[in-house]
Amino acid sequence: MKRLRLLLFAATLLSPMTNVQAADKFITVQSTTSTQNSGLFEAILPAFTKASGIEVRVVAVGTGQAIKNAANGDGDVLFVHAKPAEEKFVAEGGGVARFDVMYNDFVFVGPKADPARIAGGKEAVPALQTIAAAKAPFASRGDDSGTHKKEKALWKASGIDQAKASGDWYRETGSGMGATLNAAVGMGAYTMSDRATWISFKNKGDFGIVVEGDPILFNQYGVILVNPKKHPHVKVAEGQAFIDWLLSAAGQQAIATYKIDGQQLFYPNAQK
Amino acid sequence: MQDFGAAFGAAFRLVITLDPDLVEIVGLSLRVSLGAVLAAAVIGLPIGAGLAVARFPGRGVALVALNSLMGLPPVVVGLLVYLALSRAGPLGPLGLLYTPTAMVIAQMILVVPIVAAVSRQTVEDLKDEYDEQLRVLGVGPAGMVATLLWDARYSLLTALLAGFGRAVAEVGAVIIVGGNIAHVTRVMTTAIALETSKGDLALALGLGIILLALAIGVNAAVMGIRRTAGHAAFA
Amino acid sequence: MRLSPELQATASSTAVAARPVLPLRGTGLTVRRGGRTLLDRVDIAVEPGPLTVIMGPNGAGKSLLLRVLATLIRPDQGFVTWAETLPDRARAPRLGFVFQKPVMLRRSAVENVRYALKVAGVPRAERDRRAAEALAMAGLEHLAAAPARVLSGGEQQRLAIARALATRPEVLLLDEPTANLDPGATQAIEAQVKAAHAAGTTVVFVTHDIGQARRLANEVVFVHRGRIAERTPAHRFFTEPSSEAAAAFIEGRLMP
Repeated sequence: MKRLRLLLFAATLLSPMTNVQAADKFITVQSTTSTQNSGLFEAILPAFTKASGIEVRVVAVGTGQAIKNAANGDGDVLFVHAKPAEEKFVAEGGGVARFDVMYNDFVFVGPKADPARIAGGKEAVPALQTIAAAKAPFASRGDDSGTHKKEKALWKASGIDQAKASGDWYRETGSGMGATLNAAVGMGAYTMSDRATWISFKNKGDFGIVVEGDPILFNQYGVILVNPKKHPHVKVAEGQAFIDWLLSAAGQQAIATYKIDGQQLFYPNAQK
Repeated sequence: MQDFGAAFGAAFRLVITLDPDLVEIVGLSLRVSLGAVLAAAVIGLPIGAGLAVARFPGRGVALVALNSLMGLPPVVVGLLVYLALSRAGPLGPLGLLYTPTAMVIAQMILVVPIVAAVSRQTVEDLKDEYDEQLRVLGVGPAGMVATLLWDARYSLLTALLAGFGRAVAEVGAVIIVGGNIAHVTRVMTTAIALETSKGDLALALGLGIILLALAIGVNAAVMGIRRTAGHAAFA
Repeated sequence: MRLSPELQATASSTAVAARPVLPLRGTGLTVRRGGRTLLDRVDIAVEPGPLTVIMGPNGAGKSLLLRVLATLIRPDQGFVTWAETLPDRARAPRLGFVFQKPVMLRRSAVENVRYALKVAGVPRAERDRRAAEALAMAGLEHLAAAPARVLSGGEQQRLAIARALATRPEVLLLDEPTANLDPGATQAIEAQVKAAHAAGTTVVFVTHDIGQARRLANEVVFVHRGRIAERTPAHRFFTEPSSEAAAAFIEGRLMP
């Protein structure tokens, strides 16, 4: 009797193993923490699954890791926001083709105390120069993500070698957007975030947006099918179906209607 | 401070309403960690008992190595398992990455050294007591391992509990090999990490309270089993 | 070839019985520990038949000698043979050994006995029968289902002896089995041992208690400082020991 109960118990433990096989219509999408944390996927994916019967499993990591995973073939679709890196990925044969999906923008956020006096600014480069001059604390993703790459480009445009100050006023957290925001709020440091993550972030403390609206802060998202020639196991039909849906009127509409507190987070801009 | 109040409130609400996401996540956490502990027991108990019984050159080195492995960093194990299971890796074709099975494997690797090291100590203590008697009855090494494991079974539960504690509390391994995918590979610890990164600290803490309660529950259940075993009979 | 249950039972017990261990013979046994010589080139043979008491003061080497003969301890020099052949694990059930402090497995009394029979290769049905028999002979049948470890010291030792006798050994070795027991339990144990001897089991009994030796011994092996000082039939040993050490011991004036 005891043995039977043990066997049944062991059987229920094996069920995680069997569940995976049962849901065989699914794709794995390598994406970023910013799209995950903003709640976009939770909002739009159910519509796609309903229409196509395909489950979408999102692995949300930093852009650098997402691209590396896709290069290893550990995903069917890549959906990140680092255009130069994405184009390189396709050029090297990792992906089939890249398509614009949506954009939003980056903002600088900072404490109410505003040590560098940049609040209300409309331009990114002068703000960064002021921060560097004041040696005001600045938290960076430091993780080779799309956001991080953008941030580095801005420092370059400002003519500032921020890496020299690493550990001093320039703090590299090596983490996702949420963790970096937690750290920034905790340290009273400025940081750059995509608007979507900021709006949906729940630990703002006394922080607010200090700089926004500069065209240079434009943030483009792209989607790529992982190359089946390199990774024959890629689910081409289902992956392509997802990409087609994202670029279709239905998908673009779903993106546009996703709002938090009445604010739209992502703006669809797929090529017609 | 108000975060703690909010945390208890969040935890209470989730539990009282039997929030379906919570139930799913708790269920998966238990399945993954208990599965890992059972698998680790099958591997670790014979290793521990074998090391307790056998005498061979280099045994001292083996013991040091085993005890050191108890400190394996979960994130390193996660990375190694990821490299093995990745499509670009040797076991890629198995398609195990981002599945609960991968998580069980990673946690099993973390738990085996604990089970082996603790069971070795337990069995060796018992062996000191039983050794001459068993030998004089004609019991060979295999029989000795089996008898020691069986007679020490209630003490060995402690080894398994230690392993379970390690497994259910870690996040580094399961987040890399599981991917924290909603409804598929999201467990308590990865959910806490996610809510923290979303800045929802109260919810994260609430989940933490529930995780703690879970661990306490499992330990209490095992203690209950030990009690019914009749302590006197096993003194 | 299918055997009837009766034939099967006899076959299995004969198979075990076919491989004797007596005489137990130690030749040139030497054991050294920490610079001291605990057994010093001892020659001894245990022949079938008598109830032999090994006696001597504390630290003389009696227990050590018994353990070496049972192959629990390897001598630094010298060797042990069983029935003139090298000892082997398969024949262990032909030799019963009882320790000063009984070692009870964490299971019931009858399970302890069944365990010994299982190790000896006795098939399941016969195991149950013989275990019950062994307990009955020791007067412990009412404690069969009790966890062995909750039994009193005396009961545990009687159980240990019953367990050792269950495999029908040729020889029963006992290492000061009543040293920790009260007189009542001691009496029960001595009766149990005498009964086993009367039924045909050769017995070697280590003790430092002269009264006990007088009650039990057919012959006495007197050990002193790692050597056998003398080996004498019991009726002569207590009145006319041939060694100075034994004489001193009997009179209570021996320095270890």
